Amino acid sequence: MPRKAPELNTGSMADISFLLLCFFLMVSNMDTDLGLARKLPPMPEKDAKVPEVKERNVFVVLVNAYDMLLVEGKPGNINTLRKDAKNFFLNPTNSPDLSEKKLEDIPFIGPYEKSKGVISLQNDRGTSYEMYVKVQNELAAAINEMRDELSMQKFGKKFADLNEEYSKAVAKAIPVAISEAEPKDIGGKK
Amino acid sequence: MGRFKKSGGKETPGINTGSMSDIVFMFLFFFMVITKIRQGELFVRISAPAATEVQKLERKNLVSYIYIGVPIKSKLYGTEPRIQLNDQFATSENIAEFIANERAVRNEADRQFLTTSMKVDKKVKMGIVTDVKQELRKVGAYKINYSTKRGKVTD
Repeated sequence: MPRKAPELNTGSMADISFLLLCFFLMVSNMDTDLGLARKLPPMPEKDAKVPEVKERNVFVVLVNAYDMLLVEGKPGNINTLRKDAKNFFLNPTNSPDLSEKKLEDIPFIGPYEKSKGVISLQNDRGTSYEMYVKVQNELAAAINEMRDELSMQKFGKKFADLNEEYSKAVAKAIPVAISEAEPKDIGGKK
Repeated sequence: MGRFKKSGGKETPGINTGSMSDIVFMFLFFFMVITKIRQGELFVRISAPAATEVQKLERKNLVSYIYIGVPIKSKLYGTEPRIQLNDQFATSENIAEFIANERAVRNEADRQFLTTSMKVDKKVKMGIVTDVKQELRKVGAYKINYSTKRGKVTD
């Protein structure tokens, strides 16, 4: 009869793996990177023509060094910014002060009254980053809400759950029309 | 009637700890998968602002990070917000070089997907952020991501 090999003592294996576990807990961080994705515009060419946009099609948001808002020439509030921006784009009453709409045929959606509006955002060098992110967030929220509403209405799903073709169609109907104005002192240095 | 009497003393049987290591290993692998190893040391204090419309940053190997905030060792480096690139303080003039380096280490097909993640403290003024953004525009790094936490914005 062959002799049995002696069994390995595995009692300390747990201790060793606990050590490894603790090591990984210490050196790693859990934070998933979240954030607001944006695309910067290319640098303007030297004598580029300024595209003509009608005054009523521009939703002007100014933030000053004291983190105060000026929305369309009136002192604004961060809590109502989202509603104001939505109202500007959708223009339910066809007011002559809010953005123009153009009937456009969009695949999968059909004729849709696409807004010609653009949000123009300008901030001071003294604006705090927190306020800037807040404003960006509220404007993005306005656009996301409009997209969700259109998706619900046409496809019965939220924008995030749409397939690629549909979401492209919705994105075409409601583009992210946020333009950041050139910071003022950049032009002065040349 | 000693028939049912057990021989020997009453010892409780020892708990079998053989599978404990398996369980701990499972934990270990779980943590190894969901975390990433901390890269470099932060010299600036960053408390990210909150936002609700956040997106997850995809393809982490194609992300370069720019940190802006007040130095942690403020006695040594002052209390003015500074830019940190890789493992050192920098100024906005270094951004172009930094982006060029980041591009050089990626392969050519991936370069267009390179994203710059701006990790900025919420107290920092926009002036320094604007300078960085202008530099990024000059070198054509248009895709950026303002790093935020998930949270309520308005009250």
